[in-house]
Amino acid sequence: MAVPQDDKKPSLWARLNDNDVVYSFFHSPLAMAAAFVTALMVLSSFGAPLVAPFDPFDPAQISLWDGKKPPAWEAGGDPAYLLGTDNQGRDMLSTILYGGRISLLVGFASVFLGMFLGVMLGVISGYVGGWFETIIMRLADVQLTIPGILTAILINGILRSVLPPELRDEMAIYVVILAIGLSDWPQFARVARGATLVEAKKEYIQAARVIGLRPFLIMARHIVPNVMRPVLVLATIGLALAIIAEATLSFLGQGVPPTTPSLGTLIRVGNEYLFSGLWWITFFPAVALVVLVLAVNLLGDWLRDTLNPKLR
Amino acid sequence: MSLLDIKNMTVEFPTRRGVFTAVRDVSLSVNPGEILGVVGESGAGKSTIGNAVIGLLEPPGRLAGGEIYLKGKRIDDLDEDELRSIRGNRIGMIFQDPLTSLDPLQTIEQQLMETIQLHLKLDDDAARANAVGLLDRVGIPDPEVRIKQYPHQFSGGMRQRVVIALALCANPEVVIADEPTTALDVSIQAQILELMRELCRERSVGMILITHDMGVIADVTDRVAVMYRSRLVEEGPTEKILGNPDHPYTKSLISAVPRPDVRLARFPVVEYIESAGDRRDSIDIATHWLGAGRGEKAPDGTMLRIEDLQVRFLTRFSFFKKHRLYVDAVDHVSFDIRQGEVFGLVGESGSGKSTIARAIAGLYKPKGGHIHFAGADLTAVKSEAEMDRYRRQLQMIFQDPYSSLNPRMKVMDIVAEPIRFHGLAAGGAETRRIVLDLLEHVGLGAEAARKYPHEFSGGQRQRISIARALATRPRFLICDEPTSALDVSIQAQILNLLKDLQAELGLTMLFISHDLPVIRQMCDRVGVMRHGKLVEVAETETLFQSPQHPYTRHLLDLMPKLEVLSHEAIAGLEVAD
Repeated sequence: MAVPQDDKKPSLWARLNDNDVVYSFFHSPLAMAAAFVTALMVLSSFGAPLVAPFDPFDPAQISLWDGKKPPAWEAGGDPAYLLGTDNQGRDMLSTILYGGRISLLVGFASVFLGMFLGVMLGVISGYVGGWFETIIMRLADVQLTIPGILTAILINGILRSVLPPELRDEMAIYVVILAIGLSDWPQFARVARGATLVEAKKEYIQAARVIGLRPFLIMARHIVPNVMRPVLVLATIGLALAIIAEATLSFLGQGVPPTTPSLGTLIRVGNEYLFSGLWWITFFPAVALVVLVLAVNLLGDWLRDTLNPKLR
Repeated sequence: MSLLDIKNMTVEFPTRRGVFTAVRDVSLSVNPGEILGVVGESGAGKSTIGNAVIGLLEPPGRLAGGEIYLKGKRIDDLDEDELRSIRGNRIGMIFQDPLTSLDPLQTIEQQLMETIQLHLKLDDDAARANAVGLLDRVGIPDPEVRIKQYPHQFSGGMRQRVVIALALCANPEVVIADEPTTALDVSIQAQILELMRELCRERSVGMILITHDMGVIADVTDRVAVMYRSRLVEEGPTEKILGNPDHPYTKSLISAVPRPDVRLARFPVVEYIESAGDRRDSIDIATHWLGAGRGEKAPDGTMLRIEDLQVRFLTRFSFFKKHRLYVDAVDHVSFDIRQGEVFGLVGESGSGKSTIARAIAGLYKPKGGHIHFAGADLTAVKSEAEMDRYRRQLQMIFQDPYSSLNPRMKVMDIVAEPIRFHGLAAGGAETRRIVLDLLEHVGLGAEAARKYPHEFSGGQRQRISIARALATRPRFLICDEPTSALDVSIQAQILNLLKDLQAELGLTMLFISHDLPVIRQMCDRVGVMRHGKLVEVAETETLFQSPQHPYTRHLLDLMPKLEVLSHEAIAGLEVAD
């Protein structure tokens, strides 16, 4: 066991490079490419008002005369609209960027919701045990037997029918977040409970109990930080799944309305024009979705392999 | 010509932070019928030697230099196929953990016969007869019946006997045993060592016995090689090395071994592995926060009284009460601990000694009996707030330094947590000052506060644990095997620290250990536990000189005597009265 003797602070870069995760990242071209693509899409989506050539939500900038234009390089294309326009004359590139923003927002928010719920219930189940654990974990088992998207559709449907009709479009995005988040928690709960069972046996938890800390403090301060590693790996992969779930809901017409389209809504709208030759309305949003999900997924896979070498 | 010759062996592990040399220029030889001990502390490279000889270095490790000869024939340059015919056939291996070195899905017969037939080319009946004979020889009763059983039907000691039989079944010329008894209790350890000794003589097998335990070395080896930081520092006959070592490292290593025969005031300190951690006496205990406010004295001089304590664990749950199965981990145990004394609990694994500690600390709920602490019955305390008063005065140090600190917290927060929780300091600045003083006081230095636990070695982590336990200003400290995960030199440092703290803070201690010499060095009185029952309680010296209970006598007989230990080694040391 080496004894750290020198107290000289190494530079930030030296310390980062010493970190195994950082090292592995800079030696994995796939991870770097995936991170680059993800960062590019996240930045350009959230910076859409700055980056996008048009504001597709501003009726003043939309003209039906410009509708259904093909991409700039095709015959009849307009250089102003690089990827063409949709049926309402909105610039495809701008719409994809704004749509990506909604997809990512729903993805992040619903994963966060699912993670929050799942970790809370999972850690309490693992630490407290007893009937609470039995009920929560059986509930999670039951929900896991139903495909996530079906659960999301069910929750989505119930919430929409409860809302007054005039609020439906306005609240749609929150309803979708809630639906996906609620369909997502069992996986997080399972992973968090498993990790909690391992951590709770360790002596630092017993030391905390001997000091007198109450269960809530022990869970919040000692267990949660130590179970977050596998949970964050799951969250990265879950983000890709949540984006797909949102796209699926929107494609089925159950998600965000066409006035503020997400990638899924764009694909659905474009799908109606596919056979009339207007392929670009559905093609480019679909490519954007595939690239985004693939990049996030590759990043999640790399993170899992690095943090959990045994799974390789 | 000797049986196995290792010449100038160097083993390297290339890592991305540079090449790590695990074994550097080591030469050893083993003769038929001889046991060569390889001793050293963790990380010294002793296991790597064994793995290199049989070509089982874990990648990316590689033999970077040197030659290995088996009966004059060079074996280090053989290819994998040729090596495989040597491994098991001419060189047998015995590993540390008998629980994992047998295949749980095959009967003992299948495992033995497979190996025998692979190497000896016998027919089924001859191989079976051979296997039964071997099991009989390693001391397994009813070998014809037991050979049909699976590993889980054998106890730990019996399994290690099977592993030995497996290592010997192809009549190897050399056996490499890597910590073969470390996972076993003392009584079983003694039997296994005796068996290995006999078998080596009888079959003139040469054995390399790798261990960290000086007691094992003294008991069975003919010659010893001492490893220190990947180098061989000294080699020679066991009596010479243990009795009159030349190298300063060997000297200090041997002096750090807890002596079973006399009680010393302090352990001699070994500076070789890591610096002993100077305790800077920057604080005056009498006036410092740590010394003040230690609470009132116990009324009648008894700090802790255990009365008829019972702790029971559920081993099989059933909805019907009468179908549930329990095990009585602590079975009607009573004893007193006087104010200011160190009370030892000793026993083999599963004897219930740790369970008692955890019941006192409030981690387990006793099924029956009473725990009186400073005159109050802890089992009758109902409210958490009232319990906090006692918790503050009663702290615990755990066994495993690698899991007893939260890896996500800085040392500052780990040590400050009990102070903050119990509101023992006036504010943030005072808390920080107290934590820094505590870290200085346990020999770590204030700069430790900014680091995370993984930046420290096992011994240093145990110091952090001690600082955390002291942070509530306890009067009673439970030490549950505080040094059993540490190397012997580090153990000496930590035990010295505990002795010093106990004396200067007037702590009462419950000290739990399976190691009798350590108990003798640390404790004023001792209780001996067996199967959840307390069989004997006595003053330490009385217990070691005239044990009353047969089980105590049995345990003392099994204790390695280390008679060869040099007498000069204690000449300059202060013997406690």
